[in-house]
This record gives sequence, structure tokens and C-alpha cells, in this order.
Amino acid sequence: MMHLESIPIQAFLIVSSALFCIGIWGLLNSRNAVRVLMSIELMLNAVNINLMTFSSYIDNNLIQGQVFTIFVITVAAAEAAVGLAILLSLYRNRVTVDMESFNLLKW
Amino acid sequence: MSIAITTQIICFTVLSLVILVGALGVVLLESIVYSAFLLGGVFMSVAGLYLLLNASFVAAAQVLVYVGAVNVLIIFAIMLVNKKEDLKPINDIKSRRIISTSICLTLLSLLIRVDLTNVWSLSSPQNSIGEESTIRIGEHLFSDYLLPFEVASVLLLMAMIGAIVLARRDVMSNDISTGLPVDQELIEKSSEPLLTNKN
Repeated sequence: MMHLESIPIQAFLIVSSALFCIGIWGLLNSRNAVRVLMSIELMLNAVNINLMTFSSYIDNNLIQGQVFTIFVITVAAAEAAVGLAILLSLYRNRVTVDMESFNLLKW
Repeated sequence: MSIAITTQIICFTVLSLVILVGALGVVLLESIVYSAFLLGGVFMSVAGLYLLLNASFVAAAQVLVYVGAVNVLIIFAIMLVNKKEDLKPINDIKSRRIISTSICLTLLSLLIRVDLTNVWSLSSPQNSIGEESTIRIGEHLFSDYLLPFEVASVLLLMAMIGAIVLARRDVMSNDISTGLPVDQELIEKSSEPLLTNKN
């Protein structure tokens, strides 16, 4: 068995890639608008894992990736609040959360 | 990090499995409530990964913001819009599934190929600042990242006001057209949905 000093960086990157792709799949295939928002959160978390991995393995003295992760978490919180408010407003006007029925902007 | 490598690998494997299986559950499960709670589990496991990466402050922020705020917000939204409805079937659902799944798998294989073939210029672990990362983040936030930090606070304020404006029912002090004061009732009133029949 080969000797490892730490977990290889590729392991973290593969986990984050898989999480990102699961998020995209959910974004494309969900019919419930709440689930779409959850998929966006999954994708943001995948990006955060990537940033943290690079910050720890490549830039472990300045850790600028961790600062960026803090900003991404901030923006994600704002995005979730506004997104869910828009969702409530939509539900009030159309009495459904089915993504297929939000087609007013379809040309 | 002072944990033995075997322990690290075990922790990493368990956390990654929880993240990936939980994420699949989030997008695949029928019940949206189960999805929301699984999403909380995924967020907690991501915080665990951050701990493995020597970032205790970001892990704490992850738990506080994602599990404590975003997940609770999502559960509240589910509670508010939770109506059993029979979704209209889509005709070309099969082809849509096939196309989207193939796009996702292609993207995944591309990303994994990049992950595995690229030669990362890793820095030596001797430079690692480890537990000092919280101090270093504070220094960054108040020196070279001061402007983004302040802009983020303004962004949060705008998001807060925007969320309140979007989510409340229309209660205005004056009627828009006549200018007369209107009845200030903050009680939930049943109002006709505006766009239900336009389809």
C-alpha cells in the first residue's frame, strides 16, 4: 500500500465536481420551485468546497480562498432569502410551485 | 493537521458518501420535506470537510448560515407553499431526462478528467498556518478585502429589504390612484390570485 502524507487534492475535487453535477441535474429536472433553489444551494456548496480545497492545498499561507468562501456564503444567504420571497410572491399569484406553469416570459 | 492519516481518510470517505448520497436524495426524493432535511445533512457534512481542510472558522460559518438560516428558510417556504397538487404530465419528459442526464454526465467526466490529469502545483505543508486561519481571515477582511466586505454588508441590507418587499402582502398607507389613506390591516386576507386562468 502506498504511503500517503495527506488526502490527495484530487479526492476533494472529484467530490466537488460530482456535487456540482448533481446540482445541475436537479436544477434542470425539478418541477418544484423549492427544489430548484435547493439545487442552486448544492451547486454553491460545490464551488465552496473547490475554493476551500485550493486554499488549503495551493495557497495555504495566504488562504484567500477561505475569504472568498465567506463572501460566497454571504451572497448565497442573500440569494436564498430573495429567491424564496420571489417564490412566495409567485405562489400567491399562480397558486402553484410547478416550474412548468411559470411560462409568462415564454415567446 | 494533527490527526493521523488513516483517521483523515476514514472521515473523508464517510463525509463524501454522506454528501453525495444526500445530494442525490435532495434531487431525487418524492417528498420535498425529506429533501430539505437531507439538504441540512449535506450542509453539515460540507462543514465537516472544511474542518478536515483546517478551516474551523469557515466550518462554523457554514453551520450557522447554511444549516441555521438557509435551511430553516427553505423549510419555512415549503411549509408556506405546501399544497398537494397533481402535476400536469409533460409529453417529452423522457427525451428531456435523457438529454439533461447526458449533459450532466459529460460535464462530470470532463471535470473529473481535468481533476485527474492536471498537475497541481501544491505548496509544501510546512507553510500551513493551520489554526491561525481565523486570525488571517480577519486580517484579510480588514485590509485587502475591505471593500468587498463593506459591499457585502450593503448587499445583505438590500436583500433583506427586497425580501420583505417581495414577500409581504400589499398594505400601503395611501391608495396609489386616489391618495386617500387606506385601511391598515396587517391580517392575512384572502385575495384573488391574479394570473391563475391565464395559461
